[in-house]
Amino acid sequence: MRRDIFQAVADPTRRAIMVLIALQAMTPNAIAENFNTTRQAVSKHLRILTECELVKQEQKGREIYYSLEIDKMKEIDKWIEQFRKIWETRFNQLDKLLSTIKKNKK
Amino acid sequence: MNNLLFDFTVDKSTRTVTVVREFNAELPLVWDAFTKKEILDQWWAPKPWMSKTKFMDFRVGGRRFYAMVGPEGQEGWQIQDYTSISPKTNFKFLSVFADKDENPHLPGSSWDLNFSEQNGITKVSITIYNDSLERMERMIEMGFKEGFTMTLNELETLLKK
Repeated sequence: MRRDIFQAVADPTRRAIMVLIALQAMTPNAIAENFNTTRQAVSKHLRILTECELVKQEQKGREIYYSLEIDKMKEIDKWIEQFRKIWETRFNQLDKLLSTIKKNKK
Repeated sequence: MNNLLFDFTVDKSTRTVTVVREFNAELPLVWDAFTKKEILDQWWAPKPWMSKTKFMDFRVGGRRFYAMVGPEGQEGWQIQDYTSISPKTNFKFLSVFADKDENPHLPGSSWDLNFSEQNGITKVSITIYNDSLERMERMIEMGFKEGFTMTLNELETLLKK
């Protein structure tokens, strides 16, 4: 099954996990301690994030540490561009409206 | 295109979005466009989305409850609670996503809108501060959805030509 970044961040717990591991690499147990959920649930989220290439794993001794894949996060910058477009469109609409209102007043 | 200023910045570290834009109109008109629901609903949503204000009580302590309605009828409800109003200069509100029954989904974002006029050009500066990065991402994600349908719609118009 193909996964993408949008699916990955559609879930609030996954977003919270991403925020956590953006600061430092963490083990699944350490991540789970931050949530009212089971270790299994966290593992499932981590699996999805891994499949989306949003997180990377690193083996240190017996533990696996998860950290955020910063480059992949840049895809999110594309959303920001979309968000900027919203404001642009919104304001272009307002420009038209303002000139219509001004004309009607005259 | 025109020469009116448009500036848009996102700062993830402070979870702040800043939007600055100039309008070729006098301040009282621009102020009305931002504070009267009849005008607001005509431009607030990027087409093909529509802004539908259920009610708007523009005073400190008052509330605007509205939906962004998508082309397939999907509704994204939002609440804006006005916290400060200095007529024709500034107003502030707290914005939260909500369900159709006005139940808020916290956390929200704080909006600060400043208005000033010079030689018939009105400048509006909007600062949106998000309580959490998650909230900011959600806001941007919603924007993405709206932007995506908007882009598809533009493509459709283009193809019809």
